[in-house]
Amino acid sequence: MSEQIEQALARKYEAGFVSNVESETFAAGLDEEVIRKISAMKNEPQWLLEWRLKAFESWQKMEEPEWAHLHYAKIDYQAISYYSAPKSMKDKPKSLDEVDPELLRTYEKLGIPLYEQQMLAGVAVDAVFDSVSVVTTFREKLEEAGVIFCSISEAVHRFPDLVKKYLGSVVPRSDNYFAALNSAVFTDGSFVYIPKGVRSPMELSTYFRINEQNTGQFERTLIVADEGSYVSYLEGCTAPQRDENQLHAAVVELVALDNAKIKYSTVQNWYPGDENGKGGIYNFVTKRGICHTNAHISWTQVETGSAITWKYPSCILKGDNSVGEFYSVALARGKQQADTGTKMIHLGKNTKSTIISKGISAGDANNAYRGLVQMGPNAEGARNFTQCDSLLIGDQCGAHTFPYIESRNPSAIVEHEATTSKVSDEQMFLCQQRGLDPEKAVSMIVNGFCKEVFKELPMEFAVEAGKLLEISLEGSVG
Amino acid sequence: MLKIQNLHAKVEDKTILKGLSLDIKPGEVHAIMGPNGAGKSTLGYVLSGRDGYEVTDGQVELNGQDLLEQETEERARAGLFLAFQYPVEIPGVSNMEFMKESVNAMREARGQEPLSAAEFLKKAKEACKQVHLPLDFLKRGVNEGFSGGEKKRNEIMQMILLEPTLCILDESDSGLDIDALQVVADGVNSQRSPERSFIVVTHYQRLLDYIKPDFVHILADGKIVKSGDASLALEVEKEGYAWLGEAQEAGA
Repeated sequence: MSEQIEQALARKYEAGFVSNVESETFAAGLDEEVIRKISAMKNEPQWLLEWRLKAFESWQKMEEPEWAHLHYAKIDYQAISYYSAPKSMKDKPKSLDEVDPELLRTYEKLGIPLYEQQMLAGVAVDAVFDSVSVVTTFREKLEEAGVIFCSISEAVHRFPDLVKKYLGSVVPRSDNYFAALNSAVFTDGSFVYIPKGVRSPMELSTYFRINEQNTGQFERTLIVADEGSYVSYLEGCTAPQRDENQLHAAVVELVALDNAKIKYSTVQNWYPGDENGKGGIYNFVTKRGICHTNAHISWTQVETGSAITWKYPSCILKGDNSVGEFYSVALARGKQQADTGTKMIHLGKNTKSTIISKGISAGDANNAYRGLVQMGPNAEGARNFTQCDSLLIGDQCGAHTFPYIESRNPSAIVEHEATTSKVSDEQMFLCQQRGLDPEKAVSMIVNGFCKEVFKELPMEFAVEAGKLLEISLEGSVG
Repeated sequence: MLKIQNLHAKVEDKTILKGLSLDIKPGEVHAIMGPNGAGKSTLGYVLSGRDGYEVTDGQVELNGQDLLEQETEERARAGLFLAFQYPVEIPGVSNMEFMKESVNAMREARGQEPLSAAEFLKKAKEACKQVHLPLDFLKRGVNEGFSGGEKKRNEIMQMILLEPTLCILDESDSGLDIDALQVVADGVNSQRSPERSFIVVTHYQRLLDYIKPDFVHILADGKIVKSGDASLALEVEKEGYAWLGEAQEAGA
């Protein structure tokens, strides 16, 4: 039976194609000159160039972290190109009709048509291709509501005060090794601002695509929800199938001002590498949000891709009565390695956090949950509930749980529950006896295991995520 | 419909079935009784193709097809249904989802269109009522937190929905009180038809008061040692299985 499960897990990566787009790509290597060049390409103000250079200075003094439960060869940061953009984007196309059709086709093939009339009504998309944003849809409709949704490069010029005020306010530029690198070289990403009391009329989403060889993608996303506002934001990512590892080091900052709510969902499907562990994306991402009084941030992630995932979307619960949530499904199979989890930093009174983590390991994969729940001295009456479940498929994989709990307030309550289970032969037999293929059986059992997290995703995304798991687990059974 | 000839099977290195033969015609109900360890459950698992149950000799034909050549799911789609003695839980997968997939897999194999959500729901509700399960069982995870009796009734509900041609009930009476037993038996009886056959595996004669068998077979040490009509079950009830040793010797 376990052999059948193994076969059921053999996967096809459907987003692995390469787009034939002529690009302008920097030579590999990183020094001050490269950073000045990136900044100049983007025609950035002096303050931002200086900000980048300071980040670079800190990065050079930092050590790559080694505490994660991950094993990989040292990354050669001088072998990576830090900027690549389709040449056609240089003329700054004014509308979709001026955008290179090959770029549009790329997104269409990925199931994300960029023409508004073809899109899911109710979702606006920012499409980021290598280092630049290709297009942001439904801008006019959003601007009517006062919602700003554009690429961060554009925001630097159009909304400098907002960017200057909040950039680096949640993830400081020297926060950690990968965040410092990102701060020095970030190229594009999305910027969102929801004004006071506004509920965003549609879901906002960014779709990240790495295409060019030997480049890294370093995007930066900043979302500011002003007092009493609400936004739901989705993020998706894919990359071509290549033999070399590629680095993706992103930073996402969320600011939820008083009474605001941000719901941030990710479906990460970067190329995971082949069955022997060759190629795949190294995904080192820093995501953090800050909640002011009564604010609410909810992270939901479905991580199925990447050779290596190092990612801990976190909440700083600064304001009283603020709420942080983290719902995660991480699937690692083949030679994939994931070290992911969250940090909930309770500073304010009566702050609440919920962590639901579902780790699925198959093949030779290693999946680690790493989470920190910290109750500060002023966190009177704060509460956390953590549930951490691991599902093992086969007998060669590993699941690891590293929960850290620090409480400096005696009235705070922290709960942690953990389970480990296996897809059992009995379950497979029951499904097959009822006429289901082994592939269908595995994906059904896995989907059931993930249900608590999937129900947190926006509807279109939940369907997408379920399908993605199905594809990830698909294979031929002889 | 089902023809078993000289079936030998082992689990790990232990031979459990040692030359079992049985012939079942459409519409017949065959009860299989016997002491613990005789191989009653093994027969169900071998017929349905459970992994780890290795056939070492003999043939089985279902509706003219070589059953032993087929994968577990192919046998199921060919109309073989096994009601489990201890149904396993599948957390987070609703009964409804599970059975809809299952029903549609069967329909696809029969060349029928899949049922729409509304059509399926209607059938599922009817089946649910038939085995006296509250409708919220459709929304609950497969067997998740069900009592023993609820699990057994859930199995019968699946049988009703899947419309198999050969139903194997593996001790569907064990652990049931008299009311639940009646419900299970009513469910089974409602499905009796000239095309559908049943193998009812049980320890006790009690179930056969409710599900009247056409034939009763006594399975001991991997073989059928005695066959008869419903009165054989009453005999067993009175005498126990102790006489089997003598019967086997006499037969040899």
